[in-house]
Amino acid sequence: MSVFLLLVVIAVLSVAGFVLCRQRALKSVDGNIRRLHSLPGYYGWFGFILASIPALLALALWLIIQPLVIERQLSSFFPAEMIEDPSARTLLFADVRRVAAGLDTAVAQGAMSEDQAERVRTEFGSVRDRLAAVGVALGAEVTPAVLAAAQEYREMARVGVIGRSILTLILSVAGLVFAIRATGPDFRARNRVEQVVLALLILSSTIAILTTVGIVLSMLSESLRFFTMYPAADFFFNLTWSPNFRGNSELGLIPLLWGTLYISLISMLVSVPIGLFAAIYLAEYASNRVRSVVKPLIEVIAGIPTVVFGLFALVTVGPLLRDYFAQPFGLGNSGSSVMTAGIVIGILNIPFISSLADDIINAVPQSMRDGSLGLGATKSETIKKVVLPAALPGIMGAVLMAASRAIGETMIVTMGAGAAARLDLNPFEAMTTITVKIVSQLTGDTEFNSPETLVAFALGMSLFVITLGLNILALWIVRKYREQYE
Amino acid sequence: MNDMTHKGLDLATQTAKISASGVQVHYGTNHALKDVDVTILDRTVTAFIGPSGCGKSTFLRCLNRMNDTVASCRVSGQILLEGEDIYDRRVDPVQLRAKVGMVFQKPNPFPKSIYDNVAYGPKIHGMTRNKAELDAIVEASLRKAALWNEVKDRLDATGTGLSGGQQQRLCIARAIATSPEVLLMDEPCSALDPIATAQVEELIDELRHQYSVVIVTHSMQQAARVSQKTAFFHLGNLVEFGETGAIFTNPKDTRTEAYITGRIG
Ligand SMILES: Nc1ncnc2c1ncn2[C@@H]1O[C@H](COP(=O)(O)OP(=O)(O)O)[C@@H](O)[C@H]1O
Ligand SMILES: [Mg+2]
Repeated sequence: MSVFLLLVVIAVLSVAGFVLCRQRALKSVDGNIRRLHSLPGYYGWFGFILASIPALLALALWLIIQPLVIERQLSSFFPAEMIEDPSARTLLFADVRRVAAGLDTAVAQGAMSEDQAERVRTEFGSVRDRLAAVGVALGAEVTPAVLAAAQEYREMARVGVIGRSILTLILSVAGLVFAIRATGPDFRARNRVEQVVLALLILSSTIAILTTVGIVLSMLSESLRFFTMYPAADFFFNLTWSPNFRGNSELGLIPLLWGTLYISLISMLVSVPIGLFAAIYLAEYASNRVRSVVKPLIEVIAGIPTVVFGLFALVTVGPLLRDYFAQPFGLGNSGSSVMTAGIVIGILNIPFISSLADDIINAVPQSMRDGSLGLGATKSETIKKVVLPAALPGIMGAVLMAASRAIGETMIVTMGAGAAARLDLNPFEAMTTITVKIVSQLTGDTEFNSPETLVAFALGMSLFVITLGLNILALWIVRKYREQYE
Repeated sequence: MNDMTHKGLDLATQTAKISASGVQVHYGTNHALKDVDVTILDRTVTAFIGPSGCGKSTFLRCLNRMNDTVASCRVSGQILLEGEDIYDRRVDPVQLRAKVGMVFQKPNPFPKSIYDNVAYGPKIHGMTRNKAELDAIVEASLRKAALWNEVKDRLDATGTGLSGGQQQRLCIARAIATSPEVLLMDEPCSALDPIATAQVEELIDELRHQYSVVIVTHSMQQAARVSQKTAFFHLGNLVEFGETGAIFTNPKDTRTEAYITGRIG
């Protein structure tokens, strides 16, 4: 049975579980719902859950574990030295799977009988040619070991499918039967269902956390590999960035970090005042009519893809700054510059800051404003002296979050600031950032085994640490702020 | 309990501080206050009583033009503060509110230090020339609000960290600090426990020697305890206004009688 078919059967059993358990619960009290511990729907959901979740879990586990088991078993087909190196091993088993899939296709198209597929030998002619005839292209001639392994693979997969189907169906039916038998007026279906929902919630949050941990670990291991090939002190303190794929690269973080921070700083200088003033206007002065029009309009900016902002930087802001500022003042004649990227990222962040700050300002209790106005303060004094200070921690949090967005921005920098790593104070010069270099070190046909490519992971790790630090700081500030009004 | 002679103040000698005549208030189409005439005497506590929603707060907020901050609110009629119409176009509501201070139902100290809470008004109005003068105002206000002894060692602590009763007295100190002539209090004790309430009531009685105080209250006992004049509102009308003793012992209107005996409310 295919996975899809299995899922359909489980779905049918689950729906049956819902209907049967609900009916049985109703029947057990002769339709008098008040004698049931829980509402009838809960009994239904209990049946549904027992028929579906254990079976689905088993299916998922099976799908994960089966390839691992098969791979282990197939190792015996190859001499130990062939599968010692992990990457060679991966390639070999990819071959095995491809040949197995090729045989499947051949059988499906009728070019081979099932029997032939099981007994075909390389000695009787090229398997590669026979598979090519049915449209399966293989890179190299199939070796006897690979062919034998592929045939074994097919056999094991066939057994696996049968085992999988039996196991899941048994679990599903068993769950269904168990749920039906458990159903009765005293059975606490509501509590059980709520337990399951709780477990689902916990599972979801665990997945989110585990993913983060996984990302960090994979980056960490690659970064460590990088540091075995390139001295950490050079990476962190060298002032030059000049990767060279023939060797002798200088991979200093500082110029990239400088570019990143410089561009972020300019973007914050643009987005913080404008975003904040917009938020103050919207929250304190704008009438409801104005607010209902302006707020969505500002937030439209947030929906524009950053690559479009990049185009704006490339064709409008860059040339404008070059022609009217950089060249007249003799500050250079580069269209891409820190200034260009900084301003455009700043614009990108305006709605982010204004909408967060607007919420935060609105969260300041009206009684604070009344208190101040009642003492004879003007509206603007009230905003400056009472509302903003009360909202400040929250606003700081918003600003830090915007900063970490600016630091992580890639597209606008690529198109607006260029790709030249440079340590310079002149904001009209082209510079570049960590994110841009991560992309450029990884694009192209390279394997992850030279310091020039692996440096991307060290860069990514550095970026991760910086933004994580900023976000933790922001969260901490926001939490402190929350305590004030509770 | 409300023995005038005991308190040593004769209402007859007090001059009028605020006189309101023909005050009407509309919130949009809701006619919230109908033709109210009240005279608030200097150095006197005037209590506004009446069932919820009868317009007590609305009228109180007319007296310092806090209703200006409510977009849908329209006020007509005349309110004179020492003979000057406060709704005249030449009057700046901001200046008016410094003269007519307000204390709110829920204590609302700013999330600043105790010192800064009290110093807020004086700073805004430029009432002092140096730190020493400001310190003096802060201390005097806290003393008048009977809070000085409790907080003098922690003026830098945040005002929101005080207990409810202390917070309310801090708000009173904050209002006093701008040297108002009239102090408006909108149910200042409704969020306080009995002990804090007693402290604030005692304080109000003290304040009467310097200010004219208007207090909105739900509790008739409180009105009887602290006020010399009482106004009874009902459904937006001023039903009866007179000396507190007379209102409670000898109400002229049947609605007043019904309310103070607990039959409407
Ligand atoms: N900000 C406002 N907007 C609209 N209507 C209001 C507002 N404040 C009070 N009202 C209305 O005015 C009437 C009097 O309210 P209020 O003065 O608060 O009564 P009280 O303080 O005596 O309980 C009520 O009907 C109330 O609904
Ligand atoms: Mg009220």
